[in-house]
Amino acid sequence: MSSSAALGSLGRGLVLPIGLLLTWEVASHSGLVNRQFLPPLEHVGATAWQELASGELLEALAASLRRDLLGFVFGSGAGVLIGLLLGLSTIADRVVMTWFNGLKQIALLAWIPLISLWFGFDEMAKVVFIGLAAAIPVILNLVEGIHATSRKLVEVGEVFRFNRVQFILYVYLPAAMPSLLTGLHLALIYAWLATIGAEYFMAAGPGIGGIIIAGRERFDMDLVMLGILVVGSVGFLVDRGASWLERRLIPWRAASALA
Amino acid sequence: MSDAALRTTLEPRTTAVAGFRRISGRVSAAVLRQLTKLGWLLILPAIILPIWIVGTNHGWLPEQILPRPQDVLHTLRDMLASGELAQHAGYSLRRVAFGFGIGAAAGLITGSAMGLSRRVDDYVRPLFTAIAQVPAPAWIPLAMLLLGIGEGLKIVVIAKAAFVPVVMNTSAGIGNVPRAFIEVGETFRFTSLQMLRHVVLPGAIPPIFTGLRYGLTHAWIALVSVELLASSEGLGYLLVWGRQMFWLDTVLVAMIVIGVIGFVSDKILAVIETGLQRWRIDDVQ
Repeated sequence: MSSSAALGSLGRGLVLPIGLLLTWEVASHSGLVNRQFLPPLEHVGATAWQELASGELLEALAASLRRDLLGFVFGSGAGVLIGLLLGLSTIADRVVMTWFNGLKQIALLAWIPLISLWFGFDEMAKVVFIGLAAAIPVILNLVEGIHATSRKLVEVGEVFRFNRVQFILYVYLPAAMPSLLTGLHLALIYAWLATIGAEYFMAAGPGIGGIIIAGRERFDMDLVMLGILVVGSVGFLVDRGASWLERRLIPWRAASALA
Repeated sequence: MSDAALRTTLEPRTTAVAGFRRISGRVSAAVLRQLTKLGWLLILPAIILPIWIVGTNHGWLPEQILPRPQDVLHTLRDMLASGELAQHAGYSLRRVAFGFGIGAAAGLITGSAMGLSRRVDDYVRPLFTAIAQVPAPAWIPLAMLLLGIGEGLKIVVIAKAAFVPVVMNTSAGIGNVPRAFIEVGETFRFTSLQMLRHVVLPGAIPPIFTGLRYGLTHAWIALVSVELLASSEGLGYLLVWGRQMFWLDTVLVAMIVIGVIGFVSDKILAVIETGLQRWRIDDVQ
């Protein structure tokens, strides 16, 4: 019963995408729409095959992922340190937090011109930008998690006469773990967005973003669509992977609410 | 709200003078608190600004890397006085208003339909999820091929950015109205309209508003990226222009304005959001 209901909802879910693809195919073949705007699906498929066979696509993807990971590791690492400092020290919190809240309101991609002036257009600039994108949600969520640490847990730590390091390791970090993981999850999402953004605006060196920009300049719709498909798939896999890890690491928490 | 009103009326009545003293004491304490907060706030600039001024005066860093703070202020004043800044900000604000308006309205309709009807959700959800996987800025090159680089492109990209979080939060907000509330409504034999008006909407409005807030943030990010890639006016264009001319003061001014507008609009929505959620907080207490 329930499996047939699930099958039914799956079938309904397929109606719109398949209908859209069919319309696309018909429109493209009948010449209703210029093929340059809407190339037939098999052309996109052929381009995909060609790019895969030549290894160009995989190379670009590998370059993007390496950048993404590097920026994420540096950014979230710095984010954890800064978050701990801001969360644990009242003085640091009072002095810095309001400014930080103002700084984070600067739309992410508005940092790119400044960063490219300071660090140029190569790998360094991109990793710095991706790191910035990853650090912000980690800092915000870690500080929030530490501030929300239950008073009772702190009292237990006081009874045990914990020193500062012990407090961090045994009280604050475990208590803040769920929010920290939310922050890291968001950091993964933003780091991937920043990777694509960095490659769009600082189009030097290999990368998926570079492939899309090159495709646009050559009016190669196949290539642009393929690139965006890859961007979406990676984003999807990263998001799902992070949710899965989160569930494994903190099974006691109900489904997280991410937007 | 009623709780707070009760508390004040139940306060023991003292003589007018004592009451006045207490109130004035409370006011001055509040003023003092604000002043200390301001004092803490000023510490960071008090450290950074002198270093910045001395450093740039001695030429430790070339002007193309870090302009003197007085130059940034000067540029800000000039651009404000000439109306240049207001003109660019006006372009950007109009684009965000249109894009966000369209995206949020479409998102509210789609999200409500998905939250209210299981069937609509079944049909729409997979396609929506697929579209949502690619962030709005990443769509720009494709949208540029389809729509050119006119005003339409900007509106579509910004609307897409606002649409996704609004749909997600609206459908979740309506779908997650506690079962118990619905049962209360059923006990009262509410009609569907009454159910919507008295049960579903009050429960769903806070998450819907959170969605609108996210939508606005995403709309801002999309605006800046679309103006960076394809525009000849607006705050994002100002960034590109300043970057090309190596005018760092212009870049910094544009960033400051983007940050201030983002900060103010987010603050306004945050205040409304807290207002809407007040009954929740009272509920917990």
